[in-house]
Amino acid sequence: MRYLPASEEDIRHMLAAAGLERVEDLFSSIPPDLRAKDLDSPDGLSELELARRFLSRSRRNVSSTCRPCFLGAGAYAHHIPSPVDHVLLRTEFYTAYTPYQPETSQGTLQSIYEFQTMMADLTGMDYANASLYDGASATAEAALMAWRARKGGRILVARSLHPAYREVLATYVRHLGIDIVEIPFGTDGRLDLDALGEDTCDGASALLVGQPNFFGIVEDPAAIAERLPGKKPPLLTAVVSEALSLAALRAPGSAGADIVAGDARSFGLPLGYGGPYLGFIASKKPFLRQLPGRICGETTDTEGRRGYVLTLSTREQHIRREKATSNICTNQGLCMLAATVYLSLTGRRGLAELARQNLSKAEYLKERLVEKGCEPVFTGPTFNEFAVRPRNRDGVSQALRDANILGGYDLANAYPELEGAILLAATELVSRSDCDRLADILGGAS
Amino acid sequence: MSRHIEEKLLFEQDRPGRTGTTLPPLDVPEKNPRDLLGPLARTEAPRCLPELSEPDVVRHFIRLSTYNYAVDLGLYPLGSCTMKYNPKLNEDLARLQGFLNIHPLQDDDAVQGALELMDTLSHSLCAITGMDVCSLQPAAGAQGEFTGMQLIRAHLERQGDPRRIVLIPDSAHGTNPASAHFAGYSVEEVASAPDGCVDVTSLKERMGPDVAAIMLTVPNTLGIFEKNILAICEILHEGGGQVYVDGANLNAMMGWTKPGDWGADVMHLNLHKTFSTPHGGGGPGAGPVVCKKHLEPYLPSPVLTRRGGGLAWDHDRPESIGKVHGFYGNFLILVRALAYIEALGAAGLKASTELAVLNANYLRSKLEEDLRIGFDGPTLHEVVFSDEGLPEGVTTLDIAKRLIDYGFHPPTVYFPLIVHGAMMVEPTESFGVEELDRFVDAVRSVLREGRETPELLHGAPHDAYRFRLDEVTAARKPVLRWTPPEEVEE
Amino acid sequence: MNIPENLKYTDTHEWVRTEGDAAVIGISDFAQRELGDIVYVEVPEVGGDVSPDEPLGSVESVKAVSEVRCPLNGTVEGVNEALEDQPELLNSDPYGEGWIAKIALSDPSQLDGLMDSAAYAAYVAEQDS
Repeated sequence: MRYLPASEEDIRHMLAAAGLERVEDLFSSIPPDLRAKDLDSPDGLSELELARRFLSRSRRNVSSTCRPCFLGAGAYAHHIPSPVDHVLLRTEFYTAYTPYQPETSQGTLQSIYEFQTMMADLTGMDYANASLYDGASATAEAALMAWRARKGGRILVARSLHPAYREVLATYVRHLGIDIVEIPFGTDGRLDLDALGEDTCDGASALLVGQPNFFGIVEDPAAIAERLPGKKPPLLTAVVSEALSLAALRAPGSAGADIVAGDARSFGLPLGYGGPYLGFIASKKPFLRQLPGRICGETTDTEGRRGYVLTLSTREQHIRREKATSNICTNQGLCMLAATVYLSLTGRRGLAELARQNLSKAEYLKERLVEKGCEPVFTGPTFNEFAVRPRNRDGVSQALRDANILGGYDLANAYPELEGAILLAATELVSRSDCDRLADILGGAS
Repeated sequence: MSRHIEEKLLFEQDRPGRTGTTLPPLDVPEKNPRDLLGPLARTEAPRCLPELSEPDVVRHFIRLSTYNYAVDLGLYPLGSCTMKYNPKLNEDLARLQGFLNIHPLQDDDAVQGALELMDTLSHSLCAITGMDVCSLQPAAGAQGEFTGMQLIRAHLERQGDPRRIVLIPDSAHGTNPASAHFAGYSVEEVASAPDGCVDVTSLKERMGPDVAAIMLTVPNTLGIFEKNILAICEILHEGGGQVYVDGANLNAMMGWTKPGDWGADVMHLNLHKTFSTPHGGGGPGAGPVVCKKHLEPYLPSPVLTRRGGGLAWDHDRPESIGKVHGFYGNFLILVRALAYIEALGAAGLKASTELAVLNANYLRSKLEEDLRIGFDGPTLHEVVFSDEGLPEGVTTLDIAKRLIDYGFHPPTVYFPLIVHGAMMVEPTESFGVEELDRFVDAVRSVLREGRETPELLHGAPHDAYRFRLDEVTAARKPVLRWTPPEEVEE
Repeated sequence: MNIPENLKYTDTHEWVRTEGDAAVIGISDFAQRELGDIVYVEVPEVGGDVSPDEPLGSVESVKAVSEVRCPLNGTVEGVNEALEDQPELLNSDPYGEGWIAKIALSDPSQLDGLMDSAAYAAYVAEQDS
C-alpha cells in the first residue's frame, strides 16, 4: 500500500529484532474472543479511482463558484486571494503539530502571535486567543468566561443572535446549572433596551449580542452598555459572525463591549459546507486568566533573542483537568494561519475598501428591492446583510433556482414571527446585474 | 551562523502605501460607513493590520515556515498523537470546487454529493468501531468527548437518574476529566493495578448507583491493551452505568478489534490522528462520535436521514442534546478522512495498524537496551519510558531538547503522569525502518552525551532557529500581542 | 530544606505564623521546590471567609497548579499584593516576603491540630524517600 513504507523484507527484519515470529504475535495482548472478524469494507482504491469517485461526488453539489450567492446567515461568500492557499500548503505548516516544543515551531508560534495582535486590534480588545472551533462554540465559551469572571449568574442572550449559536450555547451550559434568558428585538431589529430592566440584569453575568446580529442589523453597543444597570452589570459580549464588519464598524471594545467572540472565517476561508471555520475570542485585561484555549506569548531564548511560546497553560485542560477554563485542546490552527495571511494581504486600507464595497452592494440591492415593491423588515442600519419581505412570495424559491441564484435564507426557519421574510447578503462577489436580477425576481417581474 | 533568515513581525515591516490585494472597481454607487452608520462606524483604520505587497507577505510566511519541524521532514514520535503521513491527494480532493464552495444552508437537494460523503463516512466509522450510529458534528476530540458524555447523561436522565460521578484512570488525557465536568459530572480516579491496567477489583468495589460512567482510553496512554475490558464493561452495565471509550489510540487496533464488540456504549474518534487528516499546527481536526443504538435519540441535531430517494437533514429531533457546532462539523476535514479510508480499504486499514504496532515494538526492543520502560507488559502502538536510570543530572526534558539537534521532534514528555519523567514514543506506520534506526542512534548518542558531556543537553537545542525559550517569564509577564510604539505604556 | 522552628505546618505544605488572633499563611520551602519557578499566585479576596473545605488560593508554575489550603476557619484580613508583580517571592523567600494571606481566626484552638517544625521535618523526609 502506497502509504506504508515497509516491504516484506522490512517486516521480517523488524519482527526478528522485536523477538517475534509473526505479525499476529504483536496483538497477543488482545484476547482472542475480542478479535474482530475482517472488516466488511471494499478494497482500497488507487489514486485514479479515488479522484474520479470524489470528483463525481463533488459534481453532485451546486457550488457558489459560478453563480451569484446571496446566502449569508453566518457564512459569507468572499474572494480568497491565491497566496493564502499556497501558504497553507507549505507542509511545514500543515503537517506540523501543536507548537508545544517552541524551539522547533517558531513559524507556527509567530503567526499565532500575529493573529492574536490583529484580532485584538480589530475588536478593540487587549488580548485575543489562538482560535476556537467556530463562532457558535466561541459564543458558548465567551458566555462561560463571563460567568466565571462574575462568579455565576444567569446569561442574557439577544433573540436576534444567530439561532445555531444560541443552540450551541444552550448545549454547553445545560448541565452547569446556568439559566439563559432571551432578550427580544424591536421593530428596528435591534436589542430591545427596555427589556434590560433591573430585575433582568441584576445578578446576570453576561449579555450576548450579535454585531451585526442575525438580521444583519448593526447594534449600538455604547447605548446598550449605558443602559446596563448596577455596580456589577453583566459583561457585554459582542458576537461577530461576519468578521469583515470589524473593518466598517466601530471596534466593539471601544464601544463598550467587555468580551468579543465570533467567527473569523470571512478572513480567507472557504464556505466549505460549514467547516472548518474559525472561532475567536478577545477580552480586556482583567479577564485574561479566564480566557479559554491556547494563547501565545512573547519571550526570549538563552541568547536573548525574541521568540514565542504557548503560555498561561495553567488555564487549560492538560494541567487543570476538570477545573480548566475549557476542555479545548486541538483548535483551528491552520484556519488561523489562513486568516493571518489574508489580513496581511488586504492590510488595513484594503480591508476597509472591501468592507465599503460590501456595504455598497448591499445598499444598492436594498434600494433596488424597495423600488420593486419589497419591504425591508427592520428600520435599523445594516452592513452587508438585511432582512426583506419579497413582494413576490409565490414560487420564489423555484424562480431563484431557475435563475441559478443562491439565496436567501428563509427566516421562518428560525423565527416563526418573521414568516414571509428572507435574509439576503451581498458581498464583493455579486455584481450590479446580479442584484438587478434578484430584485426583479423578488419584486415579481421575471 | 544560522541557516534561517530572521523574520520580524508583520507589523514591524509595515509600509504604508503598499497593498497585497486589488479589488475590481465598484459597479454600484459607493456608500461610506460613516454616512450610513454615523457614530457606529469605525473612525480609524485598524492600526495593527500591516500594509504590504503580495511578495512581501508570501516571503514573510514562507520564511516562517522554515522555522518549523513537520512530519513531512521526519519522525514525530509523539505518544497518543499519531503523527502519520497526510496523503497529498486528500489535499487536492478537499479543494474540489464542489466541496470548497458550497454554503451550509443550501437546500439539501443541491448538496447530495456532500451528504452522501458524510453518510458514507458515518457508516465506515461505525463499521470500523463496531458501533451503530455516528455524529460527525464535533470539531475535535475534546468536543467529541463532551458530546459523548452528554449522550450518556441524556440516556441516564431518561432512565430517571443522571447520577453524579464519572470514573477516570489517572493515566487519562486532561480533556477527559474536563469534558466530564462540562457534562455536569464530578470526576473520581479509578485505581490502576501494578501492570498499568484498571484494577478490576477496585472498580467492582467502587461501582455504585452514583456512578454514571467510566471513561477509558484503549489501549491506555501506556500503550497497553485493557485486557479486562469485557469485565469492566460488564461491571459498569450491571451497575446501570455506561462505558465511554476515548478513541485517540485507535491506530493500535483498527481492523483487529472493535470497541463496540467489547460493550463500549460510545466513543469519539480523532480524524486528525488515526485517519490522517493534517495536524495543521494545532487543528483543524474532527472528533466524530460513534455510539450504540440506545443513544441514537440524543445525537446532536440535525441528523442525516433518507428521504425521497436522497439524503436530507432531519431537524426534528426532540430528544437531541442540541448542537455542538454551528453547522455540521468540519466538513472539509471529513472529505480527507473518507478519502483515506477509501484509499486503504479493509486490508489497508488492517495493514496500517499492523505496521504501526510493529514499528512501535521494534523501537521498544531497541530502546529498551538503553532506557527503562515505565510499565512492563506487551505494548501496542506506543511505549512509555521513564527517567529512571538516566545519566546523573540529566532529565527527560534535556533528552527531549537535545533530540531536536538531531533533527527530530521530541516524543511526548511528562505524560502520562503515572510514569516519572515519562517519554511517550509513538512512531506510527508512516516511517520506514531506516528512519526508526536513525532515531534509535540519536537517542543512544544523546544518552552517551548525557554521560560524557551533559552540558550539551542542558543548553539544548543548539541547532534550531531559537534556543531554549524562557517559559517562566512568558507566564509571569505575559506579552500576548504587539503594541504600536505610540501606545506602549511607560 | 528550610523549616523554621517558630512556625506550624500542614500536611499539604502550608506554613502558619500566629500574630495575636491572626495567622499568616504561605507555602513551605518544600512546596516551592516541588513547584519550581512560580509564575502566578491567586490570592483570596480581602473580607472573604476561609475554611479548610475551600481552597484559599492557588499557586502556579509553568506546568502545574497547586491549591493553597487554609487549615483554619476565619476571615481574610489582608493579602500580599507584592505577589501580583513578583510571584517569584514565593521561591526566593517563602517564609518571609512570600507570605500569601493574613487571616483573622475564628477558632484559634485549631492551631493545636497543626504540625510543629519537628513533625513537619519528619513528614517531609518521608515524602522525599
